[in-house]
Amino acid sequence: MKKLLILGAGTAGTMMANKLSRNLNKDLWEITIVDKDENHYYQPGFLFIPFGIYQPEEVIRPKREFIPKGVNFVIDKIQKIEGEKNQVLLSSGTVLNYDVLVVATGTIPVPEETEGLKGKLWYKDIFDFYTYEGTTQLAKKLETWKGGKLVINLAETLIKCPVAPLEFTFLADAYFTEKGMRDKVEIFYVTPLSGAFTKPKATAMLNKLMDEKHINVIPDFYLQRVDNDRKVLISYDEKEVPFDLLVSIPVNKGDQMVEDSNLGDEDGLNFIPTDKHTLQSKKYENMFVIGDATNVPASKAGSVAHFEAEILTENILSYIIKEPLAAKFDGHANCFIETGYGKGTLIDFNYVTEPLPGKFPFAVIGPMDLLKVTRANHYGKLAFKWVYWHMLLTGKKLPVSTNMSMTGKLVEPIN
Amino acid sequence: METLTYNGTQIEVNAEGYLKDMNQWTPELAREMASKENIELTEKHFDVLNWLRAKQAEGTPLSIRKIGNSGLVDIKQFYALFPGGPLKISSKIAGIPKPASCI
Repeated sequence: MKKLLILGAGTAGTMMANKLSRNLNKDLWEITIVDKDENHYYQPGFLFIPFGIYQPEEVIRPKREFIPKGVNFVIDKIQKIEGEKNQVLLSSGTVLNYDVLVVATGTIPVPEETEGLKGKLWYKDIFDFYTYEGTTQLAKKLETWKGGKLVINLAETLIKCPVAPLEFTFLADAYFTEKGMRDKVEIFYVTPLSGAFTKPKATAMLNKLMDEKHINVIPDFYLQRVDNDRKVLISYDEKEVPFDLLVSIPVNKGDQMVEDSNLGDEDGLNFIPTDKHTLQSKKYENMFVIGDATNVPASKAGSVAHFEAEILTENILSYIIKEPLAAKFDGHANCFIETGYGKGTLIDFNYVTEPLPGKFPFAVIGPMDLLKVTRANHYGKLAFKWVYWHMLLTGKKLPVSTNMSMTGKLVEPIN
Repeated sequence: METLTYNGTQIEVNAEGYLKDMNQWTPELAREMASKENIELTEKHFDVLNWLRAKQAEGTPLSIRKIGNSGLVDIKQFYALFPGGPLKISSKIAGIPKPASCI
């Protein structure tokens, strides 16, 4: 029996287990997936918890429900990959051998990377919302918060789901308005980027939205430390931003196991050097990397992992019969952006094409509008929770093309 | 097409003033570009510029953090050398494209 081993049973790993178990010959291949956590979290739902839109229990399900029959599910902490020996060490002392390895160990926020972030104000006046604990703690805080300076800060440019901090900001504006206390809250969006987002057309649109909602954007602010006593953020060039309530998006890092296996790239953030088209590791030819764990220059987001999973399944099937890896990932990402008051916008882009206005997924009829704020986009986002649990994780085909399509997009000549 | 003339040579740049061809770069051109940003280049500046050019040539995506880990300068020193937006400004002076922030 040949062995295919998947590390990480989050969105990317679970999709790969489903796709591969359908496509690999069960008489020849044994598939094993490892994760330290029994629970699967619907991470896009973390955004809604602080505002009471989702209840915490709506975003948790047992991982086992989504692991297909015939796939071994091991609950254990991954300690180290020994690529030369084709083996993985687990915390319990178990050693797993493999013929093909898929690394899907994701990314986590690491507030400890920034001086003073995880200090005495942590979960008192400073919160993250990308973890289950952070978002549920923040929900409790917002219930009783009396107002003041609300600061949303990105500690690093390379973060998971780069649109979520914007969505949080828009939802906060709507939340305090609906509570009748928006006049008591000043909102600041403090980012190391030069504007609200990275890509020019989307940034122009989002900067305008920020302005309409009276949100102050402070760009080019690269956080060095947090002074807990004075309650200020301090940048590397000694600029200061005071806060009463800080919602932080801490530095994101790949799994500690990546560092311990000496597999990370030069950023020191534990992301694994990966071919951006084939998703093969740059170090070992029988090792493939998917989702947030890679260092490919695409968004760290579930939609990206979904499109990658289609490509990677094809490439692994080619690899095991010694054929060239013909499927090429184009960097496709597709993100709903909640803008508050039951509306949302939508962006669709890849490595080379920035988000453009137009209709999605079909020309003229849409029904979704790209780079426009509509109700249909908001319902698209809410409907996605059902799609996630029932179709995406189990690797079913979605009616969206894997490679980005120009259908419905409005293109202006680019100089 | 925008151009920059230096020593009688026409050098193509994009709308934001970044060189289109990093091979047209010279240390003298860097000094000229730096003076527009009110920076007088020292040896330390050139260490950073050369490092950026080498990384760009090998296709490594650049970030402030990576420069902080380079052993040449820490992030605070990098800000002191190229105040404001150090990666954007140093990339321009190094004759390489504006770094695409990953999203």
